[in-house]
Amino acid sequence: MNHILEVRNLSKSFHGLRAVHEVNFDVSEGELLALIGPNGAGKSTCFNMLMGQLKPTAGEVYFQGENLVGKYPRDIWRKGIGRTFQITATYSSMTVVENVQMALMSFHRRIYSMLPYAHKMYKKEALTFLEMVGLASQAERHCAILAYGDLKRLELAIALCHNPTLLLMDEPTAGMAPTERESVMQLTADIVREKNISVLFTEHDMDVVFGHAHRILVLNRGELIANGSVDDIRNNPVVQEVYLGGGNLFESDKAAS
Amino acid sequence: MELFFAQLLTGLANAATLFLVASGLSLIFGVTRIVNFAHGSFYMLGAFIGYSLMQVLPGMFGFWLSVLLAGLAVGVIGVIVEILVLRPVYKAPELFQLVATFGVILVIQDVALYLWGADDVLGPRAPGLKGIVRIMGEPVPKYDLALIAITPFFLFGLWYLISKTRIGILVRAATQDREMVGALGVNQAWLFTGVFFLGATLAGLGGAIQLPKGGADLLMDFNILAAIFVVVVIGGMGSLPGAYVAAALISILNVFGVTFLPQSTLVLMFVVMAVVLMIKPYGLFGREEVAGEHGQVGEPERPIKPAGLKVRLLVAAGLLLLALLPVFGSDFSQVLTSDVIIFCLFAASLHFILGLGGLVSFGHAAFFGGGAYVAALLVSHVDAPMEIAFLLAPIGAGFAAFIIGWLCMRLTGVYFAMLTLAFAQLIWSLVYQWGEFTGGDDGLVDIWPSAWLNGTTPYYYFTLVFGIGGILLLRHAAHSPFGYALRASRDSSRQAEATGINTKRIQWAAFTFAGSLAGLSGALFVFSKGSVFPTELEIARSFDALIVIFLGGVKTLSGAVVGGASLEYAKDFLTRFEYWRLTLGLIIIFVVIVAPEGISGTLRKVAERFGIIRQREGES
Repeated sequence: MNHILEVRNLSKSFHGLRAVHEVNFDVSEGELLALIGPNGAGKSTCFNMLMGQLKPTAGEVYFQGENLVGKYPRDIWRKGIGRTFQITATYSSMTVVENVQMALMSFHRRIYSMLPYAHKMYKKEALTFLEMVGLASQAERHCAILAYGDLKRLELAIALCHNPTLLLMDEPTAGMAPTERESVMQLTADIVREKNISVLFTEHDMDVVFGHAHRILVLNRGELIANGSVDDIRNNPVVQEVYLGGGNLFESDKAAS
Repeated sequence: MELFFAQLLTGLANAATLFLVASGLSLIFGVTRIVNFAHGSFYMLGAFIGYSLMQVLPGMFGFWLSVLLAGLAVGVIGVIVEILVLRPVYKAPELFQLVATFGVILVIQDVALYLWGADDVLGPRAPGLKGIVRIMGEPVPKYDLALIAITPFFLFGLWYLISKTRIGILVRAATQDREMVGALGVNQAWLFTGVFFLGATLAGLGGAIQLPKGGADLLMDFNILAAIFVVVVIGGMGSLPGAYVAAALISILNVFGVTFLPQSTLVLMFVVMAVVLMIKPYGLFGREEVAGEHGQVGEPERPIKPAGLKVRLLVAAGLLLLALLPVFGSDFSQVLTSDVIIFCLFAASLHFILGLGGLVSFGHAAFFGGGAYVAALLVSHVDAPMEIAFLLAPIGAGFAAFIIGWLCMRLTGVYFAMLTLAFAQLIWSLVYQWGEFTGGDDGLVDIWPSAWLNGTTPYYYFTLVFGIGGILLLRHAAHSPFGYALRASRDSSRQAEATGINTKRIQWAAFTFAGSLAGLSGALFVFSKGSVFPTELEIARSFDALIVIFLGGVKTLSGAVVGGASLEYAKDFLTRFEYWRLTLGLIIIFVVIVAPEGISGTLRKVAERFGIIRQREGES
């Protein structure tokens, strides 16, 4: 299988604190890869480095063979990587469909154009993306009044606008009701299968992870401690200790130091 | 060396007042997030009240008691202002409160004029500290030494209050997260009032304590305003030691500037501020503001749509009316309407970056006056024909905006606003002091339009075409992809950057575009008046535009035009009366309280309530 993303020795320290330490993994074509770990494990730091928001202290990120380290988020996006945010980020002064149109205008490099009316541009295309995520009926609503779950769907529609080959989703179901989690995740899985998009996502909800991920990476204290199929991870004693060990974890640390 | 030391002492003495007033401003901004333009007025009131008290309280004891009482009196006035004017508008969009404080400035100006008269007042000398002391042979006033000695106590006292007491803890907590403090059971309203009292008291003390050195006059409110903003920004917002260091730095540099480089005095502090901000974007002691992703304050702005047929017809009818004005109106009405259109274009160009882009510029007059000066300089120095000069004015102003925008773009929020102010002041002082080229204070005169535009009516039509044309161009740009990208950068720079939009570059382009249209309005202005003076580049000019945008409604596309037209016509009417500032100030405060979303924003809501315009689903 082809590796679409290769992460090599990725490390980040904040004033000596090793948030992420020599992490290595690959994302294969068409794969739904989950990155999990307890709070503070370094998931978000990892994500921000992949998207260019944070500069790694060391290491490389190769996307289709090209090193992404040092590039701006907007340039990484142009290479064909889409993302959604843990805390939703949408344009609150626009309508739902205009949010998607904005991404399309950017994709078609029309944002400096001053002659046409923006609300007419790429509207049909934008509506098909909204259709895909189930928001078509709300296209003309003011984005600021959308329910949280719908905002997440909108973000997904925006992220799909430039036909990405890889999607990075930071906690795609955070803050949702359990039934909605399942439906959003199923939707995502269906779309990416159909379009052959690879997905790397972080998630706290184990039902979502075990239900949809093809493979799972486990991060703890900045280090990758496991990498394997759903069953491997479920039965991995180290992962069990990290997640279920509780105080035990800290006791054993004390003993070690 | 002796002179050097003596001047150092003078500078430090001057720093006392500056520090007191600036620390008050810093406190108020830190906790309430209100940019209090009226702070200079509090300072002026402190001076006048202190003066009056000193007339009745004799002796050394009386002098210092007067200073103290003046401070407290101003503190009480601050409380009154806070309760009557600001409390009703805390929930309004950010920066809206500055319009209210602007109204307060106008009111206080006329009240002071009424109570103390138009003449400058010479401050009494401090009893017991009248003489001079010779230090290394140089005369140093005793009072200066007293000020130098007192200031550290104020600094320490304030620092203790803020760092060590319970009140201080609340104030600091409120500075970081107002909502959280409220959630923890602290009565925010009284905390704000308390901070206003403290801040105003400090301003009043500053005004009274400088009486023996400077006296009191009616211009001192605006004269100190720029300086205290500069001090707060250089020191870093909310940092007391920073305010002290910055006040000392500015005062000392000023004293040396007067001696060694007199022509630098107008601009020196702005140069210092520009340099500091470009090296340390948050001031000397300031920390980066962790803005987070709070989004817009208050109700989110609504989606925009190009005007429908009805509105278009209405606008067309209005334009027709304007076009027919020369038929039924007087010459004066044409001149007045020209002025209004020019001002509206200027305000609309600022609204483009402020409303759509979220970039608060305090220095937009640089491009209005800049455009006017480009045209005027071309006409008077190279005898350029009016048409060429008129064409080059927006290009020149746009170029200035291009450069200044590039320098300011890495800053955000209030720091961005202050840096634009600094550059505008730089241009102003350059024009003011380079007399042989720009005419200096005497301005450039005899800048008239070409023969085919001679006379009131032809030029009125010319203004109509280019003024309204410019406004419509701005409006169309708002509906274009460029305008959308600008709004996207404001709404969520995270999402915009993550979907390929270079937000800083979009904002920079918008800044340049808005600057060139301000230049267009400046060009229209200079040929209608036949002259231009440095006042067109002043801070007051920038603030005029800022005020009308908020009065009109910052979250509506028509806000700048509605506000601009209302204020200009109101001004024209009111200036015929003696105490017009008082009236205008009260009207502004009234509008601010009654219509916190600006004139057009509030009209829209009223119209929606009565079903005159259709309401979008889900909006209230």
